[in-house]
Amino acid sequence: MTPREAVRSARERIERAACVVRTIIGVPDYERYVAHVRAHHPGTEPLTEEEFIRQRLADRYSRPGTRCC
Amino acid sequence: MSKLVRAGVWLVVAVLGAAAFARLALSRGETISAAWLLTAAISVYAIAYRFYSKLIAAKVFALDARRATPAVRLDDGRDFVPTNRWVVFGHHFAAIAGPGPLVGPTLAAQFGYLPGVIWIIVGVALGGAVQDFVILCASVRRNGKSLGAMAREEIGPVAGMTALVAVLGIMVVLLAVLALVVVNALKSSPWGIVTIGLTIPIALGMGVYLRWFRPGKVLEASAIGIVLIIVALYVGQAVSQSASLAPVFTFSGITVAFLVMGYSFAASVLPVWLLLAPRDYLSAFVKIGVVIALALGIIISLPPLHMPALTQFTDGSGPVFAGKVFPFAFITIACGAISGFHALVSSGTTPKMLASEPDARMIGYGSMVMESLVAVLALIAACALTPGVYFAVNAPAGAIGTTAASAAEAVRHWGFTLNPAEMENLAKQVGESTLLSRTGGAPSLALGMAQLFSNVLGGTGAMAIWYHFAIMFEALFILTTLDAGTRVGRFMIQDLGKHLWEPIGRVSWYPAIVLSSGIIVAMWGHFLYQGVTDPLGGINSLWPLFGISNQLLATVALCVATTVFIKMGKAKYSFITVMPLAWLTIVCMTAGWQKMFSPDTKLGFLSHAKLIQSQIDSNTLPAVIKTVSDANRIIFNDYLDAVVAAFFMLSVIVILADSFREWYAVLGGRKAVVSSEVPFDGAIAVTGD
Repeated sequence: MTPREAVRSARERIERAACVVRTIIGVPDYERYVAHVRAHHPGTEPLTEEEFIRQRLADRYSRPGTRCC
Repeated sequence: MSKLVRAGVWLVVAVLGAAAFARLALSRGETISAAWLLTAAISVYAIAYRFYSKLIAAKVFALDARRATPAVRLDDGRDFVPTNRWVVFGHHFAAIAGPGPLVGPTLAAQFGYLPGVIWIIVGVALGGAVQDFVILCASVRRNGKSLGAMAREEIGPVAGMTALVAVLGIMVVLLAVLALVVVNALKSSPWGIVTIGLTIPIALGMGVYLRWFRPGKVLEASAIGIVLIIVALYVGQAVSQSASLAPVFTFSGITVAFLVMGYSFAASVLPVWLLLAPRDYLSAFVKIGVVIALALGIIISLPPLHMPALTQFTDGSGPVFAGKVFPFAFITIACGAISGFHALVSSGTTPKMLASEPDARMIGYGSMVMESLVAVLALIAACALTPGVYFAVNAPAGAIGTTAASAAEAVRHWGFTLNPAEMENLAKQVGESTLLSRTGGAPSLALGMAQLFSNVLGGTGAMAIWYHFAIMFEALFILTTLDAGTRVGRFMIQDLGKHLWEPIGRVSWYPAIVLSSGIIVAMWGHFLYQGVTDPLGGINSLWPLFGISNQLLATVALCVATTVFIKMGKAKYSFITVMPLAWLTIVCMTAGWQKMFSPDTKLGFLSHAKLIQSQIDSNTLPAVIKTVSDANRIIFNDYLDAVVAAFFMLSVIVILADSFREWYAVLGGRKAVVSSEVPFDGAIAVTGD
C-alpha cells in the first residue's frame, strides 16, 4: 500500500466512523437521502440540504418519542 | 459436546449470579464490595437476554429476517431508513437513557441497597426490557405506529384518548420534577450556575456555526462545543473563588426556578436549529461519555458499599421521601427497572430504522438492559458514600436543620455517624458553601462520582473539578430533556387545544406558538414553584407523582402488548406481559392511594392539607411557613397533587377496563382473532414514499 493509499483508506475509515457517530446522536443524513431520491425517484428534485435539515429537525422536536427521561 | 460446554457455561453464570445475590442479601453489618452487586446484575442480564428475550423473539413474534421491515419497505431516505443494528442500538440507548436511571436509584438508596438492586435487576428482566422489546416488535409490524395510535386501534378509542391525555399529564410532572432536580443542584452554587449558564451561548454559537459557517459539520461543531464546555467548567471555578463575582451569581432556588422556566420557554419558541439541536448533540456526547466514565470508575475502583443492605427507613419514616419500601421503592425507581416513557421511543424513531426484524431483540431488550446497568452504577455511587453523608445531602432542612452540627445530630439519631467538621470540609473540597439538604439526588450522585473519579484520577485535589463536572453533565442533560420536552408539550397543547379554539393549532403562527409555550411552561412551572418552596423539599411530593405517572404509561404499553399477543392468537404467552402489568397495577394503585389518603401527614396529600388547616386555625404554623397565605397555598397544592394522583389512578382503571373488555371479546369468541400486522412481505425492497 502506498502512503497515499494508506492516507485515503484511513480517511475513509474516519468518515465511516463519523457517519456512525452522527446517526447515533440523531443528525439527519442528507447524502443518503439524495442518493435515495436519485435512485428511486428519477425526475424528482431532492430538497436542498438546508430544507432537508430544517424539515428533519422540525419533525424530531415536535412529537414525544425521540427522547426519554 | 459443544452443546454440553455451552450448558455448562450458562450453569456457571447462573450459580455465580445466585451466589452474588445471596452475598448481597445475607450481608449484615459489614461493608461489601460493589463487585458483588455488579456480578449479580450482569449474570441475571446475561441469562435473561439469552433465554427470556429469545423466548419472546422466537415463540411470540417469530421474528424473521426474511420479513421486510418498514425501513426496508417504506425507505424514503428521511424517516424510514434501514440502519446498521449497532448504530440503531446506540441511537436507541441514547434516546432512552437520561437523568431518570441516575436519580431514581440514588433516592431509593434511603432504603439500603437491597430493595433497589433487586427491583432494578428483576424489574428490567421481567418488566422493563420486555415492555421496550414487545412494543418495538408490535410497532415494527405496524409500519412504525406510535403507542397512542396502537392503543386506539388495538384496544379502542377510550383507551386511545386516555393514553393521549395521560401522556400530556406525564410530561408536565416529568418536566417539573426534573427542573426541580436541576434547581436544587444549582441554587446557591455560583460555580454550577456559571458553567451551566455558559452552555447556552455555547449551544447558540454552535447553532450559528452550523447554519452559516460550516453547514452540516456537526461533529466539528460538537468538538468545539465540548472544548468550550470544559473551559466553562474552569470559568465557573474562577467565579466561585472570586470574592466580588461569587455573590453576583449566587441565586436562590426561586430565582433559579424562574431562570429555568424562561430558558425552556425560549427554547420552545426559538427555531430548533439555533438552540435545541446543537444542545442535543452536545448532550448526547456527554451522556455516552459519562456512562462510560462511570462504568470505568466503578470497575477500576470497585468501591465498598457503606450503606447497609436495609435501613430502618423501609418502615416509611425516611427523610428523603416518605412511604414504605412497598410500594415506594418500585415507584421511585422507574427508569432503570421499567419506564413507560420508553414505549414512546420504542414506537417512535427506532422502529423506522430497523433493517432486519431479529435486530429488535438486541435493540429493544438489549438497550434497556444497558440502561438498567446504568441504574445499578448510580446505585453503587450513592451507596459508596457513607450513610451519614448521604442523608445529610439528601434530607430536607425540615429533617436535619441548617447547620452541620444539627445535621450530625439528626443523623446520629437515625443510627449513623457524621462528623460535622468532615461534612464542612467535604463541601469545601468540592467548592460549595454547603452540601446540606441538596435534595433531588443529583448532588449526592455527583459527590459519589467525584469520590470514585478522584480515587482513580487526580486525588482529593481534583474532587471539586469532578464534582462540578458531574453536576454540569447532569444539569446539561436534564435541561436538554426540559427544553425538548417543553417544545413537545407545546405541540401537544396545540394539537389538543385546536378542538377548543382552532387558531391555537396553527403550528407556524407566532401568537399560537407563544401562547401554547406559555401554557405548558406555566403548567410545569407551577409544580416546580410548589416544589422549590415546599418546606418538605418538594421531591417528597413530586418524585412519587412522576413515578406513578411513568408506571401508568407502562401499564398502557403492557395493555397494548397483551392485546397484540391475544389478537395474534398467542394468548398462552400473555403471561409475559400480564405479569409485569399486574405488578405495576398493584404498585401504582397502592402508591396513588397512599399519596392521597394516608393518615401520615408526610405521605398523604389530604392529611397534610388537613394538618396545615388545623395549624392555621390554632395559630401554630411552624416557623418555615411564614404567612397564612403561604399556608393556604400549600393547602391548595396538596389538593392539586391529590387530584393529579387521582387522575393517574383513574387513567389506569379506564385503560385496564377497556383492555379487559377487548380481551374478553376476543377470548370469548365474540370477536375474531385477527392481527392488525402488516402482512408478511418477503425482504424484497419495494420502493415507497
